[in-house]
Amino acid sequence: MRPLRLSALSAAAAATVIAAVTGCAEKSSTQGSGSGAIQVVATDDSCEVSKKEFPAGKVELAVENKGSKVTEVYILFPDDRIVTERENIGPGTKADLTAEIKAGSYEIACKPGMKGDGIRQKVTVTGGGAAARRSPEKDAAVAAYRTYVREQAEQTLPKAQTFADAVKAGDLEAAKKAYAPSRIGWERTEPVAESFGDIDPMVDLRADGVEESGKPWTGWHRLEKALWEDKKIGAEEKTLADTLMKDLKTWVNKVGTAEITPSSMANGAKELLDEVATGKVTGEEERYSHTDLVDFKANVEGAEKAYTLLKPVTSKSDPKLTVTLDRQFAALNKLLDKHRPDTSSYDFTSYDKVSDADRKELSDGVNALAEPLSKLAAAVTK
Amino acid sequence: MPDEEANSPSPSRRSVIGWGGAGLALGAVAAGGAAVALGGGEDDDPAQPAASGGAAVPFHGPHQAGIATAVPDRLHFAAFDVTTKDRAELVQLLKDWTAAAARLTAGHAVGDGAYGGQPEAPPDDTGEALGLKPSRLTLTIGFGPSLFDGRFGLKGKRPAALVDLPKFPGDNLDPARSGGDLCVQACSDDPQVAVHAIRNLARIGFGKVAVRWSQLGFGKTSSTTPDAQTPRNLFGFKDGTRNISGTDTATLDKHVWASEKDGAAWMAGGSYLVARRIRMNIETWDRTSLTEQEDIFGRDKGEGAAVGKSKEHDEPLLKAMLPTSHVRLAHPDSNSGARMLRRGYSFTDGTDGLGRLEAGLFFLAYQRDARDAFIPVQRSLGRSDALNEYIQHVGSAHFAVPPGVRDADDWWGRALFS
Repeated sequence: MRPLRLSALSAAAAATVIAAVTGCAEKSSTQGSGSGAIQVVATDDSCEVSKKEFPAGKVELAVENKGSKVTEVYILFPDDRIVTERENIGPGTKADLTAEIKAGSYEIACKPGMKGDGIRQKVTVTGGGAAARRSPEKDAAVAAYRTYVREQAEQTLPKAQTFADAVKAGDLEAAKKAYAPSRIGWERTEPVAESFGDIDPMVDLRADGVEESGKPWTGWHRLEKALWEDKKIGAEEKTLADTLMKDLKTWVNKVGTAEITPSSMANGAKELLDEVATGKVTGEEERYSHTDLVDFKANVEGAEKAYTLLKPVTSKSDPKLTVTLDRQFAALNKLLDKHRPDTSSYDFTSYDKVSDADRKELSDGVNALAEPLSKLAAAVTK
Repeated sequence: MPDEEANSPSPSRRSVIGWGGAGLALGAVAAGGAAVALGGGEDDDPAQPAASGGAAVPFHGPHQAGIATAVPDRLHFAAFDVTTKDRAELVQLLKDWTAAAARLTAGHAVGDGAYGGQPEAPPDDTGEALGLKPSRLTLTIGFGPSLFDGRFGLKGKRPAALVDLPKFPGDNLDPARSGGDLCVQACSDDPQVAVHAIRNLARIGFGKVAVRWSQLGFGKTSSTTPDAQTPRNLFGFKDGTRNISGTDTATLDKHVWASEKDGAAWMAGGSYLVARRIRMNIETWDRTSLTEQEDIFGRDKGEGAAVGKSKEHDEPLLKAMLPTSHVRLAHPDSNSGARMLRRGYSFTDGTDGLGRLEAGLFFLAYQRDARDAFIPVQRSLGRSDALNEYIQHVGSAHFAVPPGVRDADDWWGRALFS
């Protein structure tokens, strides 16, 4: 990460959504279901909604879980962003949700067992003040990317736990081994993760940003220094491992609310390459562990994911750009493969062993990809 | 550091220098034509190919601008490696570069400009030259020997004159500052204009070419418009007092422009560029007595006159100079008449890790065939030049500089690739 780059807008937007979820949902549950409430009956394999069309404004859902599993209910934007949600609705219980909703298309989803994409119903909110409509292609790209981002976050937790457990066990070698893999999901989706301005400096701050943050140094790189430079795990490090897990769980909980648009996906892809160019190619990011190439690969994978999902849009608006990007992604991946003996593993050459000539080659590869990638946002907003 | 050794005193050379009476022209390292004034008074070349004061130098013509055109005071020179393996893509890049160069040298922004385009897109032009005059910007392309290695089907088109430069005595070349498949020389009155040009060409080239090395230069060390006063190099000496004039067509044809008869038809009207990064040991030089400095250069420091003469353009008497003097060794009479058109610049890249000025001469010389010009001259200099104690060649490159872009339908390298 770059020290403390806070996306104020996204953070504020996220905070608003969180407030809506917790505050309003709690309050409405005490008021009971008013006559205007939309009834949602959830079972283990169905999600029935009493009204598929309703006016914009304050919308209330009265949920009843008639199934045998704990469920959760969401109102979702067409691109899968969460408007509001209610988790942990036990079998046989009721819960209410409220939200201010503008006119447009939405989905209501029940998730029996609190897993997967859920059982969905399309609903239409009528009235003025509708948000600008996007093409279904763009909504599909954003929805798929949101799923990817959520999956990456969720899959990070067990890997980070392995790392944290090793630190807490005082096992230096096991902790070193688990360090780089624990960061892959984060590095793949860094622009979205960074949009929650408060989490990023807690988990991914480098030594250079500590003073600026005005807070104690926590997160991966603090532990990286302990493991590789100080070569010891003390009581403080063990506490920090728990702190890292706590902060990563906050990230996982927030990630579904991230503001994502086609152009933010495109810019995010470019930003991932910027991260590579300023932090990884220079060896600054992982200055103690020298696992920069693992981050490098993860950044490229994350950028490629966003690009691939946007390709149905780009191939119409700027087909030449698509051809160039396909080729440059392939070329950079090929260059990276030179630095790992097994392309199915994430064991890359330690970056301090990568020669200046090879670093130059990687840097040239990054420039070759990042320059056309900087044109992606314009291509998807055309 | 490469200069470590050169810095250490070499008793044998010092004693020779003490002998006095010789001279070196740093330029002579540089060059044949440089060292000496054969007649040619100050006023006999009134022609100024391009107006000074920020005017535009015509981009189109039989020869590329930036060779015989007037030398402005600033330089950004860049060497590139071609990274694409696709010949068609390289050709397209050369066309794109040509179009951009035509706009840049006329004082226009690249593509759709630096602002006013699609808000989501990075602007085509980087914008730092907005509001600046054309500033006599010239952009000159060259093709290095490595471009003819077979990747692009050019093997059979490599000119015999585009040799791999031999290793010269005393060379301490850094591969990271040497060679290159392509080069672009940007000369301008305004450093920002020159840097802007290279930056934008590099940007257009990402994915097809990669910058291998580049050099900024300031303070021209020679002139193609014989000035009343010859510029001084960083040793404080005038040099290049008798460079080939940009209007001396007979000499240009004889010594600078390649001809169809030379072997490579596509090079007719072009020239061969030798670029050398010559580090100067500034601090040691500054501790050298005036007598010794003047002996080394073979000129006096104030006027720039050759040994025993009173004016800088006075014809030198080579025999009056130390046999190892720079001027004497570099003079055409010592090199079977070899001459080059010199366009070198002083450079400083700040200080090195030892606090020494990281500075010197970025030597640029154009010639019809380096085998008859730079190579014999540098062989002689590298072996014997008294100045070698204070300088070291640390970067080197050789390029075939094709003829000019004739009109809007023509492009850099068309004759080579067609």
